[in-house]
Amino acid sequence: MYGGGYVPAGAEELKAPAENPELLAQFEERIARGEKIEPRDWMPAAYRKQLIRMIEQHAHSEIIGALPEGTWITRAPGFRRKLALMAKVQDEVGHAQLLYSAAETLGKSREDMLNDLINGKSKYSNVFNYPAETWADVAVIGFLIDAAAIVNQVANSKGSYGPYCRALERICYEESFHLKQGHSVFVWLATGTSMQREMLQSALNRWWEPIMHFFGPSDTMSQHTETLMRWKVKMASNDVMRQQFLNMYVPKIWELGLSLPDPALRKDESTGQWLFTEPNWDTFFQVINGNGPCNRERLAVRKVAEERGAWVRAALRRADARYATPLA
Amino acid sequence: MPILSLDPRVNRLQAEEVPAHQPPVLIPGDHWPSYQVFHQRRRGEKHSSVGIVHAPSLEIAMAMAKEQFARRGETSNLWVVCTADVLEMDYADEEVFRTTPSKSYRDPAGYKVNDKIEAYKARQSNL
Ligand SMILES: [Fe+2]
Ligand SMILES: [Fe+2]
Repeated sequence: MYGGGYVPAGAEELKAPAENPELLAQFEERIARGEKIEPRDWMPAAYRKQLIRMIEQHAHSEIIGALPEGTWITRAPGFRRKLALMAKVQDEVGHAQLLYSAAETLGKSREDMLNDLINGKSKYSNVFNYPAETWADVAVIGFLIDAAAIVNQVANSKGSYGPYCRALERICYEESFHLKQGHSVFVWLATGTSMQREMLQSALNRWWEPIMHFFGPSDTMSQHTETLMRWKVKMASNDVMRQQFLNMYVPKIWELGLSLPDPALRKDESTGQWLFTEPNWDTFFQVINGNGPCNRERLAVRKVAEERGAWVRAALRRADARYATPLA
Repeated sequence: MPILSLDPRVNRLQAEEVPAHQPPVLIPGDHWPSYQVFHQRRRGEKHSSVGIVHAPSLEIAMAMAKEQFARRGETSNLWVVCTADVLEMDYADEEVFRTTPSKSYRDPAGYKVNDKIEAYKARQSNL
């Protein structure tokens, strides 16, 4: 799900080597015509690099995102909720598989991506560095984090790279189930006993800042960002996506008589824009750099999973297996 | 010191914090090669390419494909094919097909004889 909170590379890191101007022009014309780029097409090195980075981060966010919610599968209240949460968490892991394959078509192996996740070299969405303390956190994640992810993914699904768009199409369809089941849990708690409402309100209060962080800080419209938008790698600015999210979902929270911990939050009817208090971006960067409440736990769990599953994979491996980059 | 979590399952793992400068945990090939998956929704419809799975063999690729591409909605049948066995055309050769849509002699629409028939009928009635 969670393409949001994408951590962009510094301009230096993506410094493009000089490209063949003729090929570059053809490439840009193809994108301008609305055509997709396919894996073995010529593409600028910076395009490839940025896409690998973005799809890989998205994939990592899916498998890491399965952890805070997975915690609650054994303790879900009732059989139907348990089935729904299992299905949702399985979907997220499935999304990771689809996305790792899409990134793989660009030339980075799945093993290298997972190594870079474990050693901290590549990032994932910041929201998953927070714990799911109660069942109400599952409601907030399933409803609002998935909703935010949908805003981001629907935008990205209109991008220029064929395999990423195809993966996102399937993903967006499944996300709509996540959102619906999350909303259902959310409404159940909001319209339940006073204890249930309190539990939901305090989960909302805890999650509001990470949610405001989700789309990242305002984009600086650098040359670099402009190029990424022209290449349809980045499809909408962080601010535009945040506004879309607020516009669609704040009313759905307020209509249930719940509050959000930002007294400045309101829609300016004359401009149609939402006004809010800037979240603390220091905290955001602190968490990205490994100092959130769960960063260490997430990576440790991922590492254990790879290490302790190694013998199974090795036992099944065949000596004559041939690797080929996936087609699509 | 093992990681302390709110999640009892994580505590049971006794997982240690990942040290800085962690050497690679996975080596190339650890996650197996890839297979292309084709999905048929209902009998009578065609199989379509839906994506890939990683697996050590065709049989396990099929099991993975069932989980990944047939866990909801309708499915009638699946095929899996090892990616390494697929011959892929180069996109750069796409050009060779550019003139195909204009080959009207291959299309039913390329054969219009109505005006001839009408003209013939008109001539006949004027005789
Ligand atoms: Fe997802
Ligand atoms: Fe999701």
